[in-house]
Amino acid sequence: MGGWAIAVHGGAGVDPNLPNERQEEAKQLLTRCLNLGISALRSSLSAIDVVELVVRELESDPLFNSGRGSALTEKGTVEMEASIMDGPGRRCGAVSGVTTVRNPISLARLVMDKSPHSYLAFSGAEEFAKQHGVEMVDNDFFITEDNIGMLKLAKEANSILDSNIRAGILRCSGGEADPNERPPNQRYAPETVGCVVVDSQGRCAAATSTGGLMNKMVGRIGDSPLIGAGTYACDLCGVSCTGEGEAIIRGTLARDVAALMEYKELSLQEAVDYVIKRLDDGKAGLIAVSSKGEVAYGFNSVGMFRGCATEDGFMEVGIWE
Amino acid sequence: MPPERREPREAALRHCLQIGVDAIKAGRSPLDVVELVVRELEDNPHFNAGKGSVLTSNGTVEMEACIMDGNTKKCGAVSGISTVKNAISVAKLVMEKTPHIYLGFDGAEAFAREQAFSDGMETVDSSHFITPENIERLKQAKAANRVQIDYTQPIPKAEEETSLPNGDSQIGTVGCVVVDGYGNLAAATSTGGLVNKMVGRIGDTPIIGAGTYANSLCAVSATGKGEAIIRATVARDVAALMEYKGLSLKDAATYVIEECTPERTAGLIAVSATGEVTMPFNTVGMFRACATEDGDSEVAIWHDEPCD
Repeated sequence: MGGWAIAVHGGAGVDPNLPNERQEEAKQLLTRCLNLGISALRSSLSAIDVVELVVRELESDPLFNSGRGSALTEKGTVEMEASIMDGPGRRCGAVSGVTTVRNPISLARLVMDKSPHSYLAFSGAEEFAKQHGVEMVDNDFFITEDNIGMLKLAKEANSILDSNIRAGILRCSGGEADPNERPPNQRYAPETVGCVVVDSQGRCAAATSTGGLMNKMVGRIGDSPLIGAGTYACDLCGVSCTGEGEAIIRGTLARDVAALMEYKELSLQEAVDYVIKRLDDGKAGLIAVSSKGEVAYGFNSVGMFRGCATEDGFMEVGIWE
Repeated sequence: MPPERREPREAALRHCLQIGVDAIKAGRSPLDVVELVVRELEDNPHFNAGKGSVLTSNGTVEMEACIMDGNTKKCGAVSGISTVKNAISVAKLVMEKTPHIYLGFDGAEAFAREQAFSDGMETVDSSHFITPENIERLKQAKAANRVQIDYTQPIPKAEEETSLPNGDSQIGTVGCVVVDGYGNLAAATSTGGLVNKMVGRIGDTPIIGAGTYANSLCAVSATGKGEAIIRATVARDVAALMEYKGLSLKDAATYVIEECTPERTAGLIAVSATGEVTMPFNTVGMFRACATEDGDSEVAIWHDEPCD
């Protein structure tokens, strides 16, 4: 027990028909990121530095939905969000509505370290980035051909969805479609990347980053930048979640893992299992580490891109159950 | 605090409390009641929400709000509202009319405009929200070059006596929590944020689990220093302590305020499914009011006034 541990994820809710080639690419990326984190841990970088480093790598790769390769808003633009939390002291930083900052997770870190606030969004966040000389690019930089195609499909499927709702074929409460009726490309649109780490001094940290939901309304904020929902870290553990934003927000998923350990004295794995079990109508997953060097993950969705490793040599990368 | 600063606020609280009580007695749902009461507080210029919101470092208003239904745990939130009279109503519409939970800034304003013919989506010029007191507060904050958590820094023209200790709030975020006779719960919070905040700064109010939370056990609305409330996931923790540690509403709320947040940073109001009310705070004062079915009702500011 004790020693460092790291886990990464590339999103929960994977298309069961994902071509083998893509599955391989994903596993390679996860492995690469794990190795990056492991080297950093071996060089005694602190947990907060490692999670940022790893998430930057995930943001830079267009494969997952964050940074380059982010899902597109209904207007075809990219609006990214991210949050980071440092267990000791529970310092945190978050950003939303980021459109020209190359690495949103680093901007979130800057908010935590260099601003009097915890969360900055939209033009305020961009202005802050500019003032600090953060690397900026055009919004186009983040947009990939794949996602342009996915947006088109999502719009077509939604218009079918909408007309089915209007025709009374599908039930709908208050304008919201029954989540089970989401078109396949949205049901399986992994939404986020994340990393959790406990370093060899037992310090935990967590970081999450995303482009958000494909075809989302402009200005929509999901769970990823919300402390307690998509990201949380304290003295006991570090947690990063992915999946249906609504379920994660109302379930305050990341905080609940820690609260169960703190208030009900569950172990890390018990807390993770409890929280996942309780997601009755929502689909989500999470990765977590404890200050004791344990790593755990759980998901009730069809698959979650993930990888984990501990100091004693254990390493695993996976997609399915 | 001089009477001319205290009395209008106490009167407003009394008035809003009565509106809420009447609505509950008329059988309105807790979700509707919290919205109604918060709208009233937003329209009142004496509180930091809607009209009377504090100003950003640019002298503008950026409002945020959040609403949550205990039974379904459905929620809605908005940030960066600058031209809609009642941010809490936009939050409720986000919850009811979109597949999302939270909209911010331009997107939130655009949505509100599309809903223009729905109840409560009245848009106004952003100058509507700005009051002379808040222009003065911003000036003072800039002069002192600090971000004020709470901002009843005395305004020299309006009063002779000094001050309340810096950083102590008497007009904070507004909020309302309700439980009806069937144990249904709801919470709503609304705010202009921190004086002299950076443009785009989001506080605890619209973050589910931080400033606002409701489930089948309790409903909570917090106020104070946003950054501290976020880090301590104040609203969620009250409920979590009840759920996971079996604490009573009062003990859970007291614990969170006394042990989980630094001195002078937080206060909250909370009700439980069984009809209890608690309103702890670790600041010098907190404007608050509560009423229960058995006819008890209180309006208070300081610590030594009984209110739960």
